[in-house]
Amino acid sequence: MIKIQDLNINLKEFKLRDINLSVEENEFFILMGPTGAGKTVLLEAIAGLIPLMSGKILIGEREITGLPPEKRGISIVYQDYALFPHLTVLENIKYGLYFHRIDKTQAEKRLDRLLEVLNLFGLKQRFPVNLSGGEKQRVALARALMIEPRVLLLDEPLSALDPNFREEVRGALKRLHQSSNTTFLMVTHDFVEVLSLAGRAAVMNKGRIEQTGQVKEIFEKPASPFVADFVGMKNLFKASFNETYAVVSGLKIEIGRIVDPSSQYLAVRSEDIVISRNKFSSSMRNNYSGMITQIDNQGFYYEIDVQIKDVSFKGLITKGALIELGLEEGIPVYISFKASAVHVF
Amino acid sequence: MRREPFFWISISCGLVIMAFILLPLIEMMTAPSLSMLKETIKDKDVVRSIWLSIYTAGLAALISFVLGTPLAYLLARSSFRGKRLVESIIDLPIAIPHPVVGIAILSVAGKNHWIGQILSELGIRIMGSVTGIITVLTFVGIPFYLNATKAGFEGISPRLEKVSRSLGASMSSTFFRITFPLAWRSMLIGLIMCSARAISEFGAVVIVTYHPMIAPVMIYERFEAYGLKYSQPVAVWLVSISLLLFLILRILTSGNRKET
Repeated sequence: MIKIQDLNINLKEFKLRDINLSVEENEFFILMGPTGAGKTVLLEAIAGLIPLMSGKILIGEREITGLPPEKRGISIVYQDYALFPHLTVLENIKYGLYFHRIDKTQAEKRLDRLLEVLNLFGLKQRFPVNLSGGEKQRVALARALMIEPRVLLLDEPLSALDPNFREEVRGALKRLHQSSNTTFLMVTHDFVEVLSLAGRAAVMNKGRIEQTGQVKEIFEKPASPFVADFVGMKNLFKASFNETYAVVSGLKIEIGRIVDPSSQYLAVRSEDIVISRNKFSSSMRNNYSGMITQIDNQGFYYEIDVQIKDVSFKGLITKGALIELGLEEGIPVYISFKASAVHVF
Repeated sequence: MRREPFFWISISCGLVIMAFILLPLIEMMTAPSLSMLKETIKDKDVVRSIWLSIYTAGLAALISFVLGTPLAYLLARSSFRGKRLVESIIDLPIAIPHPVVGIAILSVAGKNHWIGQILSELGIRIMGSVTGIITVLTFVGIPFYLNATKAGFEGISPRLEKVSRSLGASMSSTFFRITFPLAWRSMLIGLIMCSARAISEFGAVVIVTYHPMIAPVMIYERFEAYGLKYSQPVAVWLVSISLLLFLILRILTSGNRKET
């Protein structure tokens, strides 16, 4: 559906390098990455709002690289809503209709459906200045979808909203995606949004795409130390590899498979680490004894630092488990994890 | 609550400035008697000069609007090498002494310069003509229009224009449907400032065009020839009519729609 080939952009503040990306028809695709990674620049390039230095953008079979933004059929929704302040909610939503030949009754039908899904009936005659953040973003969504774009670009659409509005707009996004043929491409750095909305995702860093794939795959098998760190892999170590095991500061870790010899790092998600007071008898290949050096209350979970020789692992457990096991700083414990929970890159 | 000395100092300074500006103006405005004012406005020369002042200033504003709007937009929206330089050049007319402006324009429009030669071949005369007055007033007024309009454009998020484009509007549709409706107030303020500056110009005009006389030149002439008393009524009429025009313009265009 959207195909980006060897795209390079050179703006003063931002550079994008060798971007290759393909998004399927009607997919909900998410771009993640830290601030300054170039996510917004990539969205604006797809929309035709930023000149490319080189590369191609295709929508379906058609190359749109040279087309002006108004000819692309791509809508964009920004974090700050960008509603036209001099137009009412209804005028904002219908703005795009002036420029598209759409049958009147069909347009009315679409309008009614959007007003309903986004719960905007009561606000039609208001001006943007009199709307809450959540209402503004719903209007912006309706406006973008009113022209039935082939692609909808969303630039952190939820991050300026209060948590309760965020959930509401997130739900609306999901419903809108399911009930339309539009391809959604959204930028965010909120993992809740990624996990609840996206099928596939890409992680960007410093103007490059670091990894593309199913969301599950990115979270479970990060392809680079950056991605691992970005998606919250806490136990990330430099390692040397030997056939089916790795060595981290003298600690031997079973991987259970032969890995690419050029690999340099391994990582284990902290939720994959099992902490116990007694030696845990199970099929888990990696078992170590160590000592708790720190217990950090993180709200729903406690993060436990366990020192094993020169390596410090972080494990996550619930408050209930913490009390049941009687864990305290300074006591000896065992940790275990499966060989398949070890990610190598 | 006890006010601090700083508060009283601020108030005192404010009052001094208000008095400094208002006292001479009020004194001048109230000096001529009603009968004198009546008599003055019956004088065809006076009416002609005030009318000339107003319409040349209006034309200067119109020229600034037509030529200046695209440049103001460009300066507000893009950054390019030499932008600072362009902005400084735009501000130059504000800083140059007024007679120097007149001399500078004459030196280009004179017979010894190729521009002057082209103009005279086209039958356009700058020296001693209404065209000359409009040229001078545009020169001194255009920076005010450009700066106000540029600030207006800068106040509009480029994202509004980007969204408009993505919804199918061409660049010009976007300008007329989004940018202009949001910027026209700033443009109007720019026009008012530009023409206010133009109406008040004397030094540059007197060098380029003494006759036909704009109101400030006539006021100066009457002051020189007959003294304060004869110049005051013309001044009162010029100031009153200009203020009235600006006021009407502001009232007519003050919107009744709610906007941010």
